[in-house]
Amino acid sequence: MNKLNLDRSKIDRARQAARNIAEDVQAFIDLHTTVAVERTVARLFGIDKVDEMGTPLPNIVVDNIKEGGGLAGGAAWWLGNAMVHTGKNPQEIAEMVSRGEMDLTRVPVGSGQKIEEAVRETASKTVEIIANNRRKREEYIKCLGEGPQPYIYVIVATGNIYEDVVQARAAARQGADIIAVIRTTGQSLLDYVPYGATTEGYGGTYATQENFRIMRKGLDEAGEEVGRYIRLCNYCSGLCMPEIAAMGALERLDVMLNDALYGILFRDINMQRTLVDQYFSRMINGFAGVIINTGEDNYLTTSDAVEEAHTVLASQFINEQFALKAGLREEQMGLGHAFEMDPDIKNGFLLELAQAQMAREIFPNAPLKYMPPTKFMTGNIFKGHIMDAMFNVASIMTRQGIQLLGMMTEAMHTPFIGDRFLSIQNAKYIFNNMRDLADEIEFKDGGVIQRRAREVLNEALAFLEQIEEEGLFITLERGKFAGVKRSRTGGKGLEGVFRRSPDYYNPFMEMMGGGRE
Amino acid sequence: MSYREKRDYTAVKPYGDTMNDGKVQMSFSLPVPFGDEAREAGKRLALKMGLEEPEVVYAEDLGEDFTFLVIYGRCVHSVNFSSIEVPKVQVHERDMEEIDRLIREKIGRKLVVIGASTGTDAHTVGIDAIMNMKGFAGHYGLERYQMFDAYNLGSQVDNEEFVARAIELNADALLVSQTVTQKDIHVYNLTHLVELLEAEGIRDKVVLVCGGPRISHELAKELGYDAGFGPGSFANHVASFIVDELISRGA
Repeated sequence: MNKLNLDRSKIDRARQAARNIAEDVQAFIDLHTTVAVERTVARLFGIDKVDEMGTPLPNIVVDNIKEGGGLAGGAAWWLGNAMVHTGKNPQEIAEMVSRGEMDLTRVPVGSGQKIEEAVRETASKTVEIIANNRRKREEYIKCLGEGPQPYIYVIVATGNIYEDVVQARAAARQGADIIAVIRTTGQSLLDYVPYGATTEGYGGTYATQENFRIMRKGLDEAGEEVGRYIRLCNYCSGLCMPEIAAMGALERLDVMLNDALYGILFRDINMQRTLVDQYFSRMINGFAGVIINTGEDNYLTTSDAVEEAHTVLASQFINEQFALKAGLREEQMGLGHAFEMDPDIKNGFLLELAQAQMAREIFPNAPLKYMPPTKFMTGNIFKGHIMDAMFNVASIMTRQGIQLLGMMTEAMHTPFIGDRFLSIQNAKYIFNNMRDLADEIEFKDGGVIQRRAREVLNEALAFLEQIEEEGLFITLERGKFAGVKRSRTGGKGLEGVFRRSPDYYNPFMEMMGGGRE
Repeated sequence: MSYREKRDYTAVKPYGDTMNDGKVQMSFSLPVPFGDEAREAGKRLALKMGLEEPEVVYAEDLGEDFTFLVIYGRCVHSVNFSSIEVPKVQVHERDMEEIDRLIREKIGRKLVVIGASTGTDAHTVGIDAIMNMKGFAGHYGLERYQMFDAYNLGSQVDNEEFVARAIELNADALLVSQTVTQKDIHVYNLTHLVELLEAEGIRDKVVLVCGGPRISHELAKELGYDAGFGPGSFANHVASFIVDELISRGA
């Protein structure tokens, strides 16, 4: 596929710069852990439920180790020690800690070999569950089949998981391939994951493991009825990135929003915290066979889509390298971008095509995640529906992987059930009616589209070389992405970052990070 | 007398393609199984809504026992247009240069404006359109104005933090953006901010403005704000209002 005649050496150079940027940060990541990473270890040990105050036991366990000054060694080691000492399982130990009957860092230290054996045995059971989920998904897809790409991705957001299921099943019948349950507004800033089935939320529904389970069951049933595997998506972002990844891996979610920089830029989460958290979360997603979606589209809602196009491409390169570091395959990288240019721009559609085709050619194996117009949606639902149609045309012409459908009522309210239907109908019509158009077209040599793509690549390369020179932390401090400045020690969650001790132990990094370069 | 002048503003009805035909279109979904009964249900609802001769022109099975309907009908009601009065923000609209000049001449110092999408609201398109340097649709944002010190605190800013920054920066005006309106969370959030400002004794010291896709001036006044800006408002509208308000307060 080479319609844009892009300079391969520039693409290679940009990729190398991104690799150097990621390696520089990886050296930092490898020296640190966070409360979220350790709570994830606790969850993967099977620790779940909440105490009578509603505090999740993984938080209680990790706080207990933190207060005892032991977090630098990793929660796995302390839990393993307690298991050897008491002969109890991790859940029983967590319950003892929550009742104040045990202080994990004060349990007499047993033999290192026995601790390691106990940890490995517990960890390998969970890893096997996740591997089974992955196989189950593959079997489902083999038996039922799946929709062709671009996958039709829609959102449900009622706040009530049971009502979400009804809307999701209806969407699946109408033709949706991926259902995302939007999280309640503000969940990304909670430093814990709520528990149990929930029926109240604002602008979305809490991500909880029980909610994941309820929706998974509903979609499996719908998938069997419609003869197509329906993927489930949630949001691996915020202060609990790796915990959500673990919950998703355990409940067979298929797609996760999971960006290396999003939380830093758009939720003001401390950059050290997010970079360490994203690594472990992506490792889990990689092992679980989850397709991640990165959040470059967000740059374009705050900045101009024409002027800032190169930051999107640069971020895609960086996200790709971070993902490779965590063992994610290219086929699991739903690198993001968006159809967000001002609709009044003359030839704006040509610029959108250039951007989409460029991403396609530079990341040929990635199921690119294409986001719809939002910034210029006005409440004129009729024009909005046409803008969404143009977005669908751009997608099928450039073979995008995942199409987050635009809604005509964007900027007004969460979609009505009828809005979602009209959007799915719009996409199905265009995708079917233009199915193989991409194979039939070439772009004019030296024309507007080729020139635009070349220009964006050049700018992205220059930007990446600058970041390579300065380092990612300083680039973020200077506000080079989305015009947002973040300080290395500012933002939320820094108090949850710890330097690892030399004997830090996390069995899952070895067991699930097999693909790391 | 031209045809246009013959309109009767005391009894106005929707216009389809003939005066007073009352024609309206609407679409909605019903939580009932698809079929003739669903069409009939849509028709009867339309009648109850005051539509004569309702016609279901399209119906579709949404699955899970939901039916989508498109209906046309003739509205039986009319309104007296000539008696309508809508409270509006009284803005004497100016452009950026005029506003900067006015501040220089009448106030003689830079004005401090703080903006944020407060509470749990994560949407920033609105506040960014008003505040960011680039602005929106050709209207530069407040950061571009020479006579404003504009601080865009971004999204998900707690009301407490917002008030603390207002005191710290000695703000002249506060801009609050609210996009999520599910279950009236914006009303709660906006009211809470006013209560905090009153508790701190600074409510009267600032120009307090809110904005968002579902915000009207009327709602804003009702909640204790000086003005509310809905869709289609730009930085120069907001800036003009702030300046006029401060001048009239004798700042």
